[in-house]
Amino acid sequence: MSVDARDRLLSVASPIALFVLWEIAARAHWIDVRFYPAPSSIARTFGTMLANGTLLANTLITLERFAIGIVVGGVPALLLGLAMGLYRPIYAIVDPLISATYPVPKSAILPLILLVFGIGEASKIAMVAIGMFYPVVINTAAGVRQIDRMYFDVGRNYGARGWAVFRTIAFPGALPVIMTGVKLGAGLGLILIAVAEMLGAPSGLGFVILNAWQIFQVNVMYVGIITIAVIGFALTVLLNEVERILIPARPRH
Amino acid sequence: MADAKIRFEQVEKRFFLRDGEHVALGGVSFEVGSGEFFVIVGPSGCGKTTLLRIAAGLEAPTSGRVTIARGDGDRPENAMVFQGESLFPWMTVRENAAYGLRMRGAPRAQIDDVVGHYLDRTGLRAFADAFPHQLSGGMKQRVSIARAFACDPEVLLMDEPFSALDEQNRTLLQQELLRIWDETKKTVVFITHSVDEAVSLGDRIMVMSSDRGRPKAFVDVPFTRPRSVLDLRATPEYGRLFGDIWAELRDEIRFPVPEPAA
Ligand SMILES: Nc1ncnc2c1ncn2[C@@H]1O[C@H](COP(=O)(O)OP(=O)(O)OP(=O)(O)O)[C@@H](O)[C@H]1O
Ligand SMILES: [Mg+2]
Repeated sequence: MSVDARDRLLSVASPIALFVLWEIAARAHWIDVRFYPAPSSIARTFGTMLANGTLLANTLITLERFAIGIVVGGVPALLLGLAMGLYRPIYAIVDPLISATYPVPKSAILPLILLVFGIGEASKIAMVAIGMFYPVVINTAAGVRQIDRMYFDVGRNYGARGWAVFRTIAFPGALPVIMTGVKLGAGLGLILIAVAEMLGAPSGLGFVILNAWQIFQVNVMYVGIITIAVIGFALTVLLNEVERILIPARPRH
Repeated sequence: MADAKIRFEQVEKRFFLRDGEHVALGGVSFEVGSGEFFVIVGPSGCGKTTLLRIAAGLEAPTSGRVTIARGDGDRPENAMVFQGESLFPWMTVRENAAYGLRMRGAPRAQIDDVVGHYLDRTGLRAFADAFPHQLSGGMKQRVSIARAFACDPEVLLMDEPFSALDEQNRTLLQQELLRIWDETKKTVVFITHSVDEAVSLGDRIMVMSSDRGRPKAFVDVPFTRPRSVLDLRATPEYGRLFGDIWAELRDEIRFPVPEPAA
């Protein structure tokens, strides 16, 4: 067996081993099943929620808010970041504003967001958008600024003007750094959507988790947590794949 | 000069620095003929790149001007082969070579045609879809040259395109450049450190002084075209020219005197 194959096997085996241990411990009542129900019983709840449609409905709502928030926060961040990277005055104007507001923990402004956007969809989307915005705008600006000046000279010499400079030099040149920002922003967005849905939302996975706590349905709580975890994992895989396709030019080790 | 293609008139460039100013070019004037392969040799730091960047419109002269005579047709005024690596790492060989045409909005079919031609001429056809990091130094410079020729400019500006290459690769690329150039007879301004390279390639050589880029001597190269770079180097005429230019250059190269320790 090659070292690679061995490592793959081990990384599949370790979570399985954990579940098996957990199951045994629960059945033997070594752990308190009120807090740590056996995986098999969580799986049964999972099946029920899947069958009656509540899991799918709430997952879709969360995903929809998340996706809209990613776009609403990401696209302006990308454009602003490109402009900041290319034009020094824009950087000089915008950078202090970003530096001053960036350190505020995003979850701390949730009440403010609720106040401004109400308890409807807008506040959930706004939270994801804010989570996405900062890493993307900061990384895009930094990514453009680290591009060797020579590439812009080449562009000018060969007739690139205006939007073509964004498209053929600034964006692709900064893309590896931008993608790092997108991954960070998406991760932050996922955390924030869960938090936002726990406060003032009648739907979504965050609501499912909090509601399960209120009515003490621990199994349902676990189903919600695991579903979000799976979304997070799928997101990482997806973004890595996007990165692989978009940045084929980078020497791979 | 009657049919001057490029006219440098009193080109002056000062760089303003924290501790005063630095005169890189102090009123440099000369002309390059239409269809001429014009080579500039000069010591490091004498202002060669600055002069070329001004000709390319990438830098504004402090005073004076550079004019490039326009032929007929809608051609770009100049295309530059930059000193050092200048290919976009995020584009394939084909996309890099097509860049100038694409930016000028050339039709797809024409781009494919012209780029295909120059990829063939530079032996890069098989690497059309490779990225720069997959190429050797010589191949990268071939792509830069293909990119410059492909957009069919009025004049070609080349800033030490082969200086980073080893001896064999350099000779090879010099020969290839001459072969491609023979087909188009474009006006070329070619910068080099190497006297060898200047004599092998040029119709006329300007020796640039380290004193504010002042043109120090113009040397006509009598060799006929097409040339074989290797055969040329075996001739006595070559040795004589080489010696002449070195004699001009020798006074310009100052060996740094180490600062006495404080
Ligand atoms: N942006 C700049 N700011 C200040 N000084 C500069 C700048 N660009 C060039 N110089 C100075 O102008 C002089 C000429 O530089 P230039 O790059 O044209 O030399 P060069 O002849 O091309 O040298 P090399 O053969 O080493 O490439 C040098 O003394 C350099 O330090
Ligand atoms: Mg130079």
